[in-house]
Amino acid sequence: MNEMKKISMIVNEKVYSLEVDIKESLLEVLRNRLHFTGVKQGCSVGECGACTVLINGTAINSCIFLAVWADGKRITTIEGVTKEGELSKVQQSFVDEGAVQCGFCTPGLVLTTTALVESGRKYTDEEIKREISGHLCRCTGYNKIFNAVKKVLND
Amino acid sequence: MFDIVNIEKPETLDEALTMLSGNPNLKIIAGGTDVLIRMHNGSLEEAELLSLRSINGLDEISILENGTISIGAMATFAQIFRNDIINKYLPVLSEAAVSVGGPQIRNMATIGGNICNGAVSADSATTMLAYDAALKLISPAGTRIVQVRDFYAGPGKVNLLPGEILTSILISEDSYRKTSGCYIKYSNRKAMDLAILGVSAVCKTEGGKFSDVRIALGVAAPTPIRCSEAEAYARGRDITPETMKEIGKYAVKSAKARDSWRASKAYREHLIEILTVRALKEAVSRGGGVNIE
Repeated sequence: MNEMKKISMIVNEKVYSLEVDIKESLLEVLRNRLHFTGVKQGCSVGECGACTVLINGTAINSCIFLAVWADGKRITTIEGVTKEGELSKVQQSFVDEGAVQCGFCTPGLVLTTTALVESGRKYTDEEIKREISGHLCRCTGYNKIFNAVKKVLND
Repeated sequence: MFDIVNIEKPETLDEALTMLSGNPNLKIIAGGTDVLIRMHNGSLEEAELLSLRSINGLDEISILENGTISIGAMATFAQIFRNDIINKYLPVLSEAAVSVGGPQIRNMATIGGNICNGAVSADSATTMLAYDAALKLISPAGTRIVQVRDFYAGPGKVNLLPGEILTSILISEDSYRKTSGCYIKYSNRKAMDLAILGVSAVCKTEGGKFSDVRIALGVAAPTPIRCSEAEAYARGRDITPETMKEIGKYAVKSAKARDSWRASKAYREHLIEILTVRALKEAVSRGGGVNIE
């Protein structure tokens, strides 16, 4: 028996009303039902950060966020960061600093960084490291990612 | 997919209490960062959930008229760490909150969930113990106030009665006024890790003497504990390196450390002795007291 619940949410500024299984995570609904495949499935237990999306501007791990909780929420995935074919400042900074290799962690990191930029706060180097610590990257060694985040925060 | 057969999303506390007393199988879910992981691992099956996320106001942090600080059970660690009241009056809690998991986890995980889970490693538990916090538990029968130190019953076990919901955590003015403190989380990694040992030290000093010392340890016994012997020894004594050294030794006596895959008993006891002193020294120094070397 699979119980369904109707939810309505805004994803990347577009309203979606759909029935979701109460067993589903937001990650599963975004990827499998709405085809926002920029949201990556990594560890599935909230440790790697690959599935990070913004909910009302706050970064969360969508693999441990129930789809039924998304009702009435405003969600941003990596697909919603690019506006009219133009990379966002955060994306451009990642490109400029060479902070992308295989790209699997990149959508999550760009979204976390976007939330940091939109917070309007200043961050010390230590605080930057702390604020991006919820993302595992197996390629870069993190230095270039750190540089990209620092650069866009100082812009 | 999580093994969920039913989820209720009440919008008021009254509604939640009625649902909970109507169905004893309901498992309360707050931020979800522990409950959903347990489901993923298969240790919680065919769950019937009562989600508190749709209830407004349960995350409020405020100072009551009598000076007591009230922290809503649904306040996330990110909210706590960014809150002005907490940073001004309960800085040790802020320090503990920012040590939890990683940023996204702190945006989801709640202090109420962390306490009700009964985890020995809960970063907030030690600090709540050190501040002598009380828990406000509401059920259809009324309100019950329980001290955090009486709430922990064993590893993963707390004295939450059937039908009860934790709504807020209360810290009286007496417990936090004129205190200074420090939280040390000792773990292998700086982020996304559980503590091998957690130490919260809160103290009041007067004329180079300790007038009050409160030391709480996490992962040093089956539940988070207070070091009563060390505290009793410290009260009224001059703040000297000798006093500090003795406090560290007494702290080990209060603990019931054990071997686990994270660390051996011997190593944990070593850490307790060293880190209790380190946390307390830092607490004294933050309070404007003497620098002890």
